[in-house]
Amino acid sequence: MADFIIRGRALKFGDNINTDLISPARYMELSYKEIAAHAMEGADLDFVKKLRPGDIIVAGRNFGSGSSRETAPIALKYAGVGAVIADFFARIFYRNAINIGLPVFESSAASLINEGDELEVDALTGVIRNITQKSEYRALALPQHIIELIKAGGLIGYLESKFRRDQYASSNDTF
Amino acid sequence: MGMTLAEKIIAQKTGRSQVEPGEIVIAKVDCAMMDDILGPRVQIADELKRLNKSIWNPSKVVVISDHYFPAATVKQAEIVAFTRKWTQEYNIENYFEGIGPCHQILAEKGFCLPNSLLVGTDSHTCTAGAFGCFGTGIGSTEMLGVLITGEIWLRVPETIKINWEGNLSNGVMAKDVILKTIGDLGHAGATYKVIEFCGSAVRSMPIDERMCLTNMAVEAGAKTGLIEADKTVYEYLQATGRANFDEPLRSDPDAIYCREINYNASELVPQIACPHEVDNVKSVEEVSGLSLDQAYLGSCTGGRLNDLAVAANILKNRKVAFNCRLLVSPASHDIWLKAAQTGILQTLAEAGAVILAPTCGACLGVHSGVIASGERCISSTNRNFTGRMGSREAEVYLASPATVAASALEGRIADPRQYM
Ligand code: SF4
Repeated sequence: MADFIIRGRALKFGDNINTDLISPARYMELSYKEIAAHAMEGADLDFVKKLRPGDIIVAGRNFGSGSSRETAPIALKYAGVGAVIADFFARIFYRNAINIGLPVFESSAASLINEGDELEVDALTGVIRNITQKSEYRALALPQHIIELIKAGGLIGYLESKFRRDQYASSNDTF
Repeated sequence: MGMTLAEKIIAQKTGRSQVEPGEIVIAKVDCAMMDDILGPRVQIADELKRLNKSIWNPSKVVVISDHYFPAATVKQAEIVAFTRKWTQEYNIENYFEGIGPCHQILAEKGFCLPNSLLVGTDSHTCTAGAFGCFGTGIGSTEMLGVLITGEIWLRVPETIKINWEGNLSNGVMAKDVILKTIGDLGHAGATYKVIEFCGSAVRSMPIDERMCLTNMAVEAGAKTGLIEADKTVYEYLQATGRANFDEPLRSDPDAIYCREINYNASELVPQIACPHEVDNVKSVEEVSGLSLDQAYLGSCTGGRLNDLAVAANILKNRKVAFNCRLLVSPASHDIWLKAAQTGILQTLAEAGAVILAPTCGACLGVHSGVIASGERCISSTNRNFTGRMGSREAEVYLASPATVAASALEGRIADPRQYM
């Protein structure tokens, strides 16, 4: 399988960044572009201003707790976030991020990374290279079928290619 | 080897006799619920068309417009209208609009059946666990996959056993039980896991109270919260016209739990979750006296008939403090009617409450009672995150309906036991 490497600067957050902080319900009536313009507003009002495309959110424990709203990972993806690294994620957010094609990595090394560090994440091996600090950490590597799903742009793209092969309904190795 | 209730349900849905925590399985879905806010209009409708697929079984799909009803803006109205039209296009007969938050409606209409697997585009779908039904929240894109295939992949979760033995004191409710539990587990203490609620205190609770427990399981990160179905569940379901369901599954005596916590119910005092986390739990006594601007009684957590009755008992022949508005949103049209017929709404209104439609509204800060910056609200709902009920500069305290009523009366956070 071809490489899948994500590069960007680290933007740091603490523990328990919930979906109301990532994207509050009152924006859910808006278009994805408008929702993205308010990404992370509850935790950092200047987030979108600071963000450069591909930047990587690095957070603590329980990222994405709360609502099942997909607009939370969607806000991040459309704002240009390249990936999220956290100690661990809330369950629904984790599934949603993968399903909409936002790479997410669980790593206990999140706390070693500083704001602004240049990072390179190899999704296949789960290796995080910190270029600024000249160090390396391990994240939980994503299973290959999950990477395929993210690369296809999420579950929809993945289902589409599955349907093209007309296998989905009978396949047992979907995930 | 013994299995927990959660493992047994998942095994049944995958056609297996045994499953183990950690395994990834593909399970058959019995009921798929979408709401207005995260339902068809979020990718699902467009993508279903683009993929040119039909729904695997429209009779197993339920759509409920609750978050944006009654609509406060044209956009909200359009989302509800879109949702309604979509259900007509796909011949979905189980469409409900404006009769209350989805989890209460699923229960009242008999969709929460013991041993079944229910997925919904709302994180509090775990409420269905009160019926021994494996209910869990999923995202909209994932729902698209369910609608097409009728299946979902699940990782078999470990189970945490929460045991409440004994009797609750007067003025202490299921909400206090769950807040205490979440305070101890932490807001991520059950992530990827199932919470099974056991013990005599749980078994003696009416359905209204049990649903408050399972509703908030997700606030500790859980996939679902389960209670073994029993006579109470059977009687409730019979009243909804759903008397035919399989013999309820139960956890085996030698089932393996990843953690067990035991509580003595008689020792519990009223609890409150302070801003801005659901696990920031204290006793009401510790924060009593804090002044309030709003008290909110409602939602799929704390707006059922029993909740309103408890509040009415406290507020009878008394008046809400001048500095504090009390808003009441019964959790369904049915509850609204019953509360009207039994004089509960009259009592609450006489005390100064504003009676609202059965809706999500203020619970997630989209209409019908959002709060201003600098305001403090006590609420019988389930989340107190920053900005949840309105301004980012507002504070939300979560407590039982009894504590909400006593606090509304005093205009400051107050222990309800003095009014029992
Ligand atoms: S009442 Fe509140 S918690 Fe319940 S479904 Fe509505 S918004 Fe969600």
